[in-house]
Amino acid sequence: MTLLQEKPLNIPQGRIDMTHGSGGRASARLIEQVFASVFDNPALAESNDQARLTLPEPGMRLAFSSDSFVIFPLFFPGGDIGSLAVHGTVNDVAMAGAKPLWLSAGFIIEEGFPLSDLDRIARSMAAAAHNCGVSIVTGDTKVVEKGKADGLYINTAGIGAFRAELDLSAKRVQAGDAILLSGPIGDHGIAILAHREKMSFAEPLLSDSAPLNGLVEHMLASGVDIHALRDPTRGGLATTLNEIAKTAEVGMRLEESAIPIRESVRGACELLGLDPLYIANEGRLIAFCPQAQADKLLQAMRAHDKGSEAAIIGSVVPDARHWIEMRTPLGGSRIVDWLNGEPLPRIC
Amino acid sequence: MKYIEEFRDRALAVKLAESIQTEARAGQGRVYRFMEFCGGHTHAIFRFGIPDLLPPEIKLVHGPGCPVCVLPMARIDAAIQIAQIPDVVLCTYGDMMRVPGGKRLSLMKAKAAGADVRMITSPSEAVTLAQNNPHKQIVFFAIGFETTTPPTAVVLKQARALGLKNFSVFCNHVLTPPALAWLLESGKDQSADVPELDGFIGPSHVSAIIGTKPYEIAATAYGKPVVIAGFEPLDVMQSILMLLRQVNSGQAKVENEYARAVTREGNVKAQVLMREVLTLRDSFEWRGLGWLPHSGLRLNDAFSDMDAEQRFSFNVEDVRENRACQCPAILRGAKEPADCPLFGKACTPDNPIGSCMVSSEGSCAAWYSYGRGRQGN
Ligand code: SF4
Repeated sequence: MTLLQEKPLNIPQGRIDMTHGSGGRASARLIEQVFASVFDNPALAESNDQARLTLPEPGMRLAFSSDSFVIFPLFFPGGDIGSLAVHGTVNDVAMAGAKPLWLSAGFIIEEGFPLSDLDRIARSMAAAAHNCGVSIVTGDTKVVEKGKADGLYINTAGIGAFRAELDLSAKRVQAGDAILLSGPIGDHGIAILAHREKMSFAEPLLSDSAPLNGLVEHMLASGVDIHALRDPTRGGLATTLNEIAKTAEVGMRLEESAIPIRESVRGACELLGLDPLYIANEGRLIAFCPQAQADKLLQAMRAHDKGSEAAIIGSVVPDARHWIEMRTPLGGSRIVDWLNGEPLPRIC
Repeated sequence: MKYIEEFRDRALAVKLAESIQTEARAGQGRVYRFMEFCGGHTHAIFRFGIPDLLPPEIKLVHGPGCPVCVLPMARIDAAIQIAQIPDVVLCTYGDMMRVPGGKRLSLMKAKAAGADVRMITSPSEAVTLAQNNPHKQIVFFAIGFETTTPPTAVVLKQARALGLKNFSVFCNHVLTPPALAWLLESGKDQSADVPELDGFIGPSHVSAIIGTKPYEIAATAYGKPVVIAGFEPLDVMQSILMLLRQVNSGQAKVENEYARAVTREGNVKAQVLMREVLTLRDSFEWRGLGWLPHSGLRLNDAFSDMDAEQRFSFNVEDVRENRACQCPAILRGAKEPADCPLFGKACTPDNPIGSCMVSSEGSCAAWYSYGRGRQGN
């Protein structure tokens, strides 16, 4: 056994087996050689059952979020499940105006999963975390029998810190607010679906999976009184706006022609019979601020590379029904409903 | 895909709306009832808020051209029974998963209870599944009008060429012209619960396959104008204007607004392909319209070994629809979603009671999703 432990994993050809989740030597070897070596940071290096952390400044408040990733396929144009799992949680934390600091990573791996893929995903997570300025400080690995999971699922949880006087919350959204969107919608969901459908386009379609904490920092620095931020992931822009309208007890009015959508995404949606308003995004945010400061915020967003295609897409109005109404490019109007029970395939 | 924007231009829409208004006013108060046959048009009409741009003289009547909507419950129950057979994998388009059959069971619920039902977006995925799972029986639940029929024919030929013994098709393809003929015939009959119409907005994609010729009988034998229209909102508006002009000048002919994709003869190659593999049924049941002669397709004798109806046995009882659900009348154009007491209350897209609330092409779903006839949230 001692010999085994010292032997390096055969990453190019090896596969996960049940011993890798047993908690014994094989588990330790997997964690050391695949995860710890690339996630490398002081908290993790202490090798305790928990990470011990220190706030950057005393008196800061914490933002805490968790998300699970079951996307299929694991590798897709513009990213993979690893980078997505980092960006997804970093973004959820950042939407409080918080600076994301620490992540946990939990892996549920199907027996027989290629070690080379796991290695590639771990490296991608490490690179994404580095990019976002966060550390993966604790984690867990479980292996389930073949057929009991589909390759790999990842759960990440994240903690960020923000100054106590900052108050970004859907509850603060009010009539008279402007609604801003940081860039074109639908890139992530359509990139995944198109990849699965083997559709090809003149301009290659990539997921927008990206960290938004840099953009948020930049927006906060503009001094605009931002009421709320939200990243429209599952359910798309439409569902996210409905959630906020319900929480804030308001209605919204959108201008369809103001909502940025890439030509290729629009075309793919036509072909697949989908509405881009309901397609998931992984690197976009929606911001609410008083109408009078909207232009200032828009300029700030556009000055950052993650917001270069930002636009003002509508406004918040009093409406007891909490409806999102949209003026269509033709001049007619329609409501924009919640996503309705469509069984969309796994895209996040 | 550049052309899409062009057909949604607001200035053009305003101009068209003005022309429609002028033409409709010339009728001096008369009402024009035009049926859009296709669910694709119904969806586009509400998706783009077209009713807001039309004068009150124009009433759009929604037709039966929604494949998910017209499939009778007995066929859904049969699909569920096939899916429940051990080692069967039933492949279906997403919308079909949620349509309630008898006893409100759906494929989605059957799947949750253990049946192997897979959602696919193209029938070739079913063939791949059959290749990769030689010990399973892969059944493709084929539905749709003439547009989705050629792909079914293609996979049948493909499966034959591959020598696949574990692939079959549960064929539910239906044809547009018999349904149109039924509407025209019933519309003449005062006692039938079908409205008398002033003209038809004809299908776009279906017509690309079958051509415009099959609609000529509407004009010649029934004196009703037909305008074949594309699915873009401006196509729909243009076709309404063309219909109005025909009616006002006392004409009845088949016009083709969608000439960029549709010809009189249609796609002859696709027609030949369908005939190679499929053949007419004596009669097929449509929800709301009843049993219509020569309105459905089955696998022909050369392919009967891949016919799921021959390979598997199922036993569907006569099922009653929810009595309050107005889908049958809506599919005939006799009622509107708002006439249904369940609309937006007991019946919503999340909890559909009738098929018209499931598919985005269904009238109830289109009304609900885009806010027509809705009071609260
Ligand atoms: S609202 Fe529901 S129950 Fe009523 S007609 Fe439509 S589908 Fe049927």
